[in-house]
Amino acid sequence: MKSHFLTLAALAAISACAPARTTQQPAPVAAKDSAPPGMGGVSAPNADPFPSTYARRSSAPLVIRNVNIMTAAGPTIRNGMLSVTDGKIVAVGPTVTIPTGANVIDGAGKYVTPGIIDTHSHLGVYAAPGGQAQSDGNEATNPVTANVWAEHSVWPQDPQFPRNLASGVTTLQVLPGSANLIGGRSAVLKVVPSRTVQGMKFPGARYGLKMACGENPKRVYAQRGPSTRMGNVAGYRAAWIQAEAYRRRWDKWNKDHKGDPPTRDLGQETLAEVLRGNILVHNHCYRADEMAQMIDIANEFGYRIRAFHHSVEAYKIGDILAKENIGASLWADWGQFKMEALDGIKANIALVDRAGAKVAVHSDDPSGSQRLNQEAAKAMAAGIAAGIPITEDQAIKWLTINPAWQLGLDDKIGSIEPGKNADLILWSGDPFSVYSRPEKVWIDGSMYFDRLDPRQQWRTDFELGFVPLPGTSK
Amino acid sequence: MRYIHNRLSRVFTASAAIAVMSAGASAQTIAITGGRVYPVSSSPIENGTVLIRDGKIVAVGANVTIPADARRIDAAGKWVTPGLINSSTRLGLIEVGAVADTRDATALGHDNVAAAFTAWEGLNTRSVLIGPARREGVTNVVVLPGGNQLVSGQASMLTLIEGMPTDMVLRTPVAMLAQVQSPGGAGVGARGELLVRLRELIEDTRAFMKNRAAYERAETRDYSASRLDLQAMIPVVDGRLPLLVSADKSTDIDAALRIGRENNIRIIIGGGAEAWMIADKLAAAKVPVLAGAMNNIPGSFTQLGSTQENVGLLRRAGVQVVVIGNSGADDEGFNVRNIKQEAGNAVAYGMSWDDALRAVTLTPAEVFGVADRIGSIQAGHDANVVVWSGDPFEFTTVPEHVLVRGREYTEPDRQELLTERYKTLPPGQALPIRK
Repeated sequence: MKSHFLTLAALAAISACAPARTTQQPAPVAAKDSAPPGMGGVSAPNADPFPSTYARRSSAPLVIRNVNIMTAAGPTIRNGMLSVTDGKIVAVGPTVTIPTGANVIDGAGKYVTPGIIDTHSHLGVYAAPGGQAQSDGNEATNPVTANVWAEHSVWPQDPQFPRNLASGVTTLQVLPGSANLIGGRSAVLKVVPSRTVQGMKFPGARYGLKMACGENPKRVYAQRGPSTRMGNVAGYRAAWIQAEAYRRRWDKWNKDHKGDPPTRDLGQETLAEVLRGNILVHNHCYRADEMAQMIDIANEFGYRIRAFHHSVEAYKIGDILAKENIGASLWADWGQFKMEALDGIKANIALVDRAGAKVAVHSDDPSGSQRLNQEAAKAMAAGIAAGIPITEDQAIKWLTINPAWQLGLDDKIGSIEPGKNADLILWSGDPFSVYSRPEKVWIDGSMYFDRLDPRQQWRTDFELGFVPLPGTSK
Repeated sequence: MRYIHNRLSRVFTASAAIAVMSAGASAQTIAITGGRVYPVSSSPIENGTVLIRDGKIVAVGANVTIPADARRIDAAGKWVTPGLINSSTRLGLIEVGAVADTRDATALGHDNVAAAFTAWEGLNTRSVLIGPARREGVTNVVVLPGGNQLVSGQASMLTLIEGMPTDMVLRTPVAMLAQVQSPGGAGVGARGELLVRLRELIEDTRAFMKNRAAYERAETRDYSASRLDLQAMIPVVDGRLPLLVSADKSTDIDAALRIGRENNIRIIIGGGAEAWMIADKLAAAKVPVLAGAMNNIPGSFTQLGSTQENVGLLRRAGVQVVVIGNSGADDEGFNVRNIKQEAGNAVAYGMSWDDALRAVTLTPAEVFGVADRIGSIQAGHDANVVVWSGDPFEFTTVPEHVLVRGREYTEPDRQELLTERYKTLPPGQALPIRK
């Protein structure tokens, strides 16, 4: 990311984050982590102004038989069966009843897994082909931009979407970038063709808030501040102090409706929703010591961190993450590209998993996102090499149920169990083999990708004419 | 220009009677027995033996006499291959990407030309990234200069041994790096103008060669490049040193072929996202391609035809293919080791397994003129050999023994030291206390 913001001082005339006044605040009560999924914004005047218009495609019941099923909920079922009706998984086991009119697929020698969930994507906000016109992921004009929403930058015709779908990714969290202390709201999307971003939004998914520690914000804002890590921390705290006051004003008005409602402020509204437990915090943070400080900040203001992202040093505080019930979205093997990434090790994921934290393999990269199964395989192998006997049944959770939990969607997706959404991948072989590829991908029981059928391969508007059809130079 | 053309192999002809040991070599005699041996230069040998002495391979086959004093490595049930070669790295040239002090890959040059730039002389041979690459079976790398100038400098082939840059360099230069796809990088305004500048550089190099004495007396016309850059370009225009041209777009690749044909210059294409579109032309021109196997994103208007089938299609058309890492996951530094994942993906998308192994061993050795030393398991060659627990491209496979010039490297690297340190978390650390 470029960091030439010589005009920042000029751009920052309007600041969403006024200097902190040290006011005597009553100690806030820690928010409970039991808020129901979905928009629980009881006090936001308009909690869902850009509602999802995604609708499940109707499809015949589906049965896949004679297939190895990695459920992410238990041991792999060898040569098992599963059935899907009305977009939901109905039954899974050694044998299941075949519903009338079902499309029956034989999966001999193949594998089925839940759809892959990438908790850290910038698809649509840093669309391909790249360049200034398509760089919409960082509102790098102010260190705190809680007022921006990633979905307003998403280009549904980004040709990276169909490539992700073909690799088995069915759910994505698209985040703003990490230039800012508080970067804005994330969007949880289904990887489906749509003319509008609303048509991709996962119904009922809670919003996330992107926060970032360490080098990026202080580098980007070196001219105007924060220019140090201590400046970063002062910036987070100032923002939460303001948000806490805003939350109390609105909660009071919601209760008694006395007089005019307080003036709305988009950034404060988002942060207040975090304090109420309705928005999940996803915190970009590399170093162990910084993560421990972010945990203290969260405790100071009574919000929870749902997951740390990138965290190449998560293995140094696996016990803390487990105790605090904070997830970790990690790379299999990235590191050393900057000082705070210096201590990256391939056993990170396995060590954090062993410590008991909910760990996900994430990408932050449009290429890596297409091979999260391979990333998980590398992390599994590194764990085994370090003496941590990770099984495939554990590693599959890094791609499915654990990221689902991090997004607050583990009641809907992330495992192959009755009642769950039928987001499924049929793999040509063991998903942890370098030679295996998704053959078919279903979302809510409807097939969205078939490697064997060009008519079932989504091409974005952009690709028409610009990008040759697979297998041809046309 | 100091042309360290195979400096070491002048000392070591490929005979078994070697008196002096090459840098970093082990004096031991080692016998790797009972494995499935892939020499690459010949057919696989079931239950084969590789005999190594003084850092060289002395014999390979099914019936090799093993001296009594040899250290034996039992490779029964294992796969034995040449050490892998990653041909597109900045290993030792960039230690920490965001720390300027540790970046020595990119020259300033003069007028967007840096042909004289010997990147290898700035090698940090104590890079903590060398160990992890070697641990996973990479024994040789090409280090490329950085930057995006018209000509960015000289590429070198290294052996991953300990020592000083002169110890690690197997041969330099092995290629001169240029590009024909970024007018801005070359300091011009359009592709056509970039090609005009490249031709001017080639013509001026020829003129400089012809008029050396006059040049020294300041009696020649002005040239478009500095004296040292012109000098460095001489082996290129002579056809002795290949011009490694970065080009993704099919029309840019075609332009590079044109430059090569017009001037009798040896061309190698680097990047080659759309090379599959003109595979037949590349095959006919005998121009090798360095390309990754994990790219399919139209990430720029030069890569609209990017596909993971690229390397397989090229191979089928008869093009010499070198598989490199360029999927963006720091394949040039921290993840030089992921070259085996690239090879595996090449197979998943249509390349034969044998071709994929060749594309990360013998083919790069041939393309860069060091096939007499590395890239295959043959008597007289450097003992850069890896014993794998299984298929080297599979993630669960462990490289159990990595030998570079006959020396087995077992010292833990920095990442292993960190792993060991934190496998058990220290007790008594204050945890945050929830109020």
